[in-house]
Amino acid sequence: MSKTVVIDPVTRIEGHAKISIFLDDQGEVENARFHVVEFRGFEKFCEGRPMWEMAGITARICGICPVSHLLASAKTGDKLLAVQVPPAGEKLRRMMNLAQIIQSHALSFFHLSSPDFLLGWDSDPATRNVFGLMAADPDLARAGIRLRQFGQTVIELLGARKIHAAWAVPGGVRSPLSEEGRAWIRDRLPESLDTIQTALALFKDLLDRFSEEVASFGQFDSLFMGLVSPTGEWEHYGGHLRFVDSQGNIIADGLREEDYQDFLGEAVENWSYLKFPYYKPLGYPDGIYRVGPLARLNVCEFMGTEGANRELQEFRQRAGGRCATSSFFYHYARLIEILAGVEEIARLVDDPDIASDRCRAKADINALEGVGVSEAPRGTLFHHYNVDKDGLIQKVNLIIATGQNNLAMNKTVTQIAQHYIHGPEIPEGLLNRVEAGIRAFDPCLSCSTHALGKMPLQVQLFDRDRNLIAQVQRD
Amino acid sequence: MSVITLTIDGQAIAIEEGATLLEAAQEVGAAIPTLCHLKGLSPVGACRLCVVEVEGIPKLLPACVTAAAEGMVVHTNTDNLQDYRRTIVELFFAEGNHVCAVCVANNNCELQDAAISTGMTHVTYPYQYPQREVDVSHPQFGLDRNRCILCTRCVRACDELEGAHVWDIAYRGEHAKLIAGLDQPWGTVDACTSCGKCVDACPTGAIFRRGATVAEMERDRAKLEFLAQAREEQQWTR
Ligand code: SF4
Ligand code: SF4
Ligand code: FES
Repeated sequence: MSKTVVIDPVTRIEGHAKISIFLDDQGEVENARFHVVEFRGFEKFCEGRPMWEMAGITARICGICPVSHLLASAKTGDKLLAVQVPPAGEKLRRMMNLAQIIQSHALSFFHLSSPDFLLGWDSDPATRNVFGLMAADPDLARAGIRLRQFGQTVIELLGARKIHAAWAVPGGVRSPLSEEGRAWIRDRLPESLDTIQTALALFKDLLDRFSEEVASFGQFDSLFMGLVSPTGEWEHYGGHLRFVDSQGNIIADGLREEDYQDFLGEAVENWSYLKFPYYKPLGYPDGIYRVGPLARLNVCEFMGTEGANRELQEFRQRAGGRCATSSFFYHYARLIEILAGVEEIARLVDDPDIASDRCRAKADINALEGVGVSEAPRGTLFHHYNVDKDGLIQKVNLIIATGQNNLAMNKTVTQIAQHYIHGPEIPEGLLNRVEAGIRAFDPCLSCSTHALGKMPLQVQLFDRDRNLIAQVQRD
Repeated sequence: MSVITLTIDGQAIAIEEGATLLEAAQEVGAAIPTLCHLKGLSPVGACRLCVVEVEGIPKLLPACVTAAAEGMVVHTNTDNLQDYRRTIVELFFAEGNHVCAVCVANNNCELQDAAISTGMTHVTYPYQYPQREVDVSHPQFGLDRNRCILCTRCVRACDELEGAHVWDIAYRGEHAKLIAGLDQPWGTVDACTSCGKCVDACPTGAIFRRGATVAEMERDRAKLEFLAQAREEQQWTR
């Protein structure tokens, strides 16, 4: 018996982010590339599985944002069942997504990024981490950790497990929020609100000192994409997709996730395993767009809660226009979204629906194709399944947030390199800034899990004939 | 009825003639792990997880199908047996495709329980990653052969309790697989009464209720036992 064994070249995540910088004749930076090796095997091994398992399987794609996959998958499942999720089911899912946004953004801000802001870009990497922060500002560090814990606990209270909860299912959710759960959330809300307000005040204070970073950390024009509600309110779960340009002009609106292939193209470059999605009507690479917290604030007209809406107005003022175009503002946007999340949860927790056990619509397969969308902390996430008449998966396509920011991350790295590199040497502190530039996007690569101020990073500098002339590395 | 006496793990016991070693062991409270055995169904000795040592007999004997005999000296829990049992469980895991983390039976699975009780920490045999079919053509139930350990509990429950005989094992060796009807999609087998007894009998996540998601399968073994006993004792009304 003969057997053909095909081994795909790469099915594991590369632990190192690699950056190549290319100089021109004058020794100035012409271009920089951020290489990513990404794991795509998931789409393949979902084939043949019952559709009902997809939420559980895809929740394991990412250890940091499992909830986002869970929700996108459950929403895709809703379409395959062709049911309307009961109001309680939708509100409960919304609450979980908000909790996910809070915990993920809190991790990004307090644990990963604030050491840069508070301890300085050029401070010693050995202490430029959450432990260093703990020593320098123990109150802030502790409050940040507790804020993240708030989000995680809400997820746990809803899903009965912190991560990988298979709680959101096609048709709704498995169970409502318990009375004890509600009580716990109510109890912790004031503190969470307090923490995020303190962090916002602190960040705005610092912002004035970071004009150089604001100007060089991915400050460029691009489109922005995200969900908005039919009234233009900030969205994270429902509504429709909208594109705006850097001036805030609406380029496309009312887009349905089902039609994503009409407006999103995916380009491939031979130097990266990550695809490069772009807005189709503008072509590649002009169709560059950003997703995530910054994009969500840019596409919406207003926030749904009072405090967050006030912050949005100030955010726009500080950005100097309808849209913030510096990727550095991702951090700022994240904080505003945490505030929105806390305020929104405060509203939901008193909604009687939250305790209703009418939270799951049951049906069998009624459609053979479905596309679900949700806003993950890092940006818009699409799940697209084709099933056979019994509900076995035939084909899966996932478009993840980090992929959509790929072009923008490359542009950001190029901009930072252009700003700090002049000539054949790699200056001190460049690694830190490049790392911080990438971190602004909070990419969910393996490097974002190698947290603690020590992203394994390799930067190589090439002359115009592509000869390697300098190299720095941090493991 | 005559009674025999034997020793199990150092304890002397008297039991009715015709009882199996498994029943005798249960009498003295010796826990022997089982998989293919289900009270009320005829025993088949398919999984070999229940092996025990009997002094004077050079091979291991499956307790569920071995009759207790006068004067036997039985050991149910030696290091040697633990090794064998763990090996058997490892082979089950290596043979199929068991991804507990996304399985409908997670936390409610007898194979998982067996892995825990035999102290399996990892699988030392190469995984076979077989290509096996999933059948969700039945309107209420589904079958994922990737998780089937060929214990035949479903086959017997369907045949002996329901009298429908939908299930069989076809082919041999590594190609052996559970089939419905004449190897056709389950949903097309007219003999199936949709009673759900196989669902309640299956020890793993192989047979499940359609639409069940991760860790959502719970089975009603008590119902099966009640039915089996009622059938045996002809108590069709209560
Ligand atoms: S059947 Fe049991 S052992 Fe197999 S994957 Fe499911 S839970 Fe794990
Ligand atoms: S389907 Fe379940 S009960 Fe039937 S043989 Fe397989 S494991 Fe045993
Ligand atoms: S339980 Fe005895 S052989 Fe399976």
